[in-house]
Amino acid sequence: MAEPQRARPKPTPETQHFWDGTKAGELRLQRCDACAHVYFPPRPFCPSCASRKVSVFKASGKGFLYSYVINHRPAAPGFTPPYAIAVVELAEGPRMMSNIIDCPQTPEALELDMKLEVAFEALDDKITLPVFRPAKG
Amino acid sequence: MRKNQVAVVGAAETTELGVIPNMSQLQLHADAALNAIADAGLKLSDIDGFATAVETPQQVCHYLGIKPTWVDGTSVGGCSFMLHVRHAAAAIEAGLCKTVLITHAESGKSMIGKAPRSIPADSLQGQFEAPYGVYGPPSMFPIPVLRFMKTYGITHEQLASVAVVQREWAAKNPRAMMKDPITVADVLNSRMIAYPFRLLQCCLVTDGGGALILTSADRARDFPRKPVYIMGTGESVETPMVSQMETFNSSRAFKTAGPLAFKEAGIAHGDVDHLMIYDAFAHLPLFGLGDLGFMPHEETGSFIADGNTRPGGKLPLNTNGGGLSYMHSGMYGMYALQESVRQMRGIAPAQVPNAKISVCHGVGGMFAASGTIVFTNER
Repeated sequence: MAEPQRARPKPTPETQHFWDGTKAGELRLQRCDACAHVYFPPRPFCPSCASRKVSVFKASGKGFLYSYVINHRPAAPGFTPPYAIAVVELAEGPRMMSNIIDCPQTPEALELDMKLEVAFEALDDKITLPVFRPAKG
Repeated sequence: MRKNQVAVVGAAETTELGVIPNMSQLQLHADAALNAIADAGLKLSDIDGFATAVETPQQVCHYLGIKPTWVDGTSVGGCSFMLHVRHAAAAIEAGLCKTVLITHAESGKSMIGKAPRSIPADSLQGQFEAPYGVYGPPSMFPIPVLRFMKTYGITHEQLASVAVVQREWAAKNPRAMMKDPITVADVLNSRMIAYPFRLLQCCLVTDGGGALILTSADRARDFPRKPVYIMGTGESVETPMVSQMETFNSSRAFKTAGPLAFKEAGIAHGDVDHLMIYDAFAHLPLFGLGDLGFMPHEETGSFIADGNTRPGGKLPLNTNGGGLSYMHSGMYGMYALQESVRQMRGIAPAQVPNAKISVCHGVGGMFAASGTIVFTNER
């Protein structure tokens, strides 16, 4: 029997640029050309002013730990508990769910507001997930 | 909407609550519906409006033999039934129908005739949340709580006290699943589920259902039960992705629905005799007390820990024992509404003396949606 697998994202036409970005080692966000609003998750219009003129850009990959849980049970397929499910606030403003790597999955090690930087974890040849690690320096 | 124009004239839960291995989810709908129809002294053929969530209106109507002229299948999670009450009141006032039946049922524990919940891999949740190990509400709903605690100085002990106080209420309720007293230490020593929450800070998983019948206040006088009037209503939705909430320091959906209901009812917080805040997890009453404007969020933890919401306290909250101790089939909003109606009828197991105004506040999804109903027993 195959090992249970971590849930695999399936891109849509509106999100393909994001997943192309992570595969290329870039965290891509969108910015509205009309009102400069930066947003996530991807969509081809601005959720603040409704303009369809928006641009994709490479984000800094920097952020901080906004909140999290350390999940013990039940564990999702492909995960060994306990593991943290985090929400990262990016330097550009939007927040995204992620995991924190290179860090003990404990309340002592996972301090709210700690600085984080993006890393990339290839799940297969199509999908690379953005995850975060404690920022160096 | 004008206040007190529509009333609840029938209200009932399923005959059994808890573990019901001998009934499918659809039959639980029927069991609750038939109990509510009997409670109202009506016949099935009197029902001309119908609302439910998860199951479709056509599924439940056909099973029951109801031929409606108005239906509502709003399905936004556990507070769907608060939204149904609001929509039904508007429909009755507009003359679209006269007598509305609202049903909820869930075979949450036994899983008989219940479609599994799944997140499609190409949905936004499937792409941007599921890959990070979220797996059911315990891994998602508490995600905001550490930020909320840090912002407002809320302690683990205060969050544990929510479960302790609700168990005190449950002890007075023969139909509550969990009635044995617990302490803050018991809560903080119970099995870890998703830090910072432990088992006793997470809702139960049970089977059950409930149903309500609404009609115009003018007709309500002719029914056998004391009418419970819809005084004010509010609703909103925010996001299906907990990670995308505007802030973790409050719920935008709560802050929209709650004040709408208070404004429509024309009441101030001091007028509230009885309060229900849907408690799937222990942080929800704190969010609710703050977002509904009862007090600043900073004070919500100490307000509960100091005993203000316990039996005999100045703001009786979750008097059936709540989702933490009474029951929680998966969509608890209906049971919160049932308890508000019992309190307004004066027949609750843990009755609040002389209660005249009850506020019932619901949440759907992981802060995805919200509905608030203000009830009164005086017109």
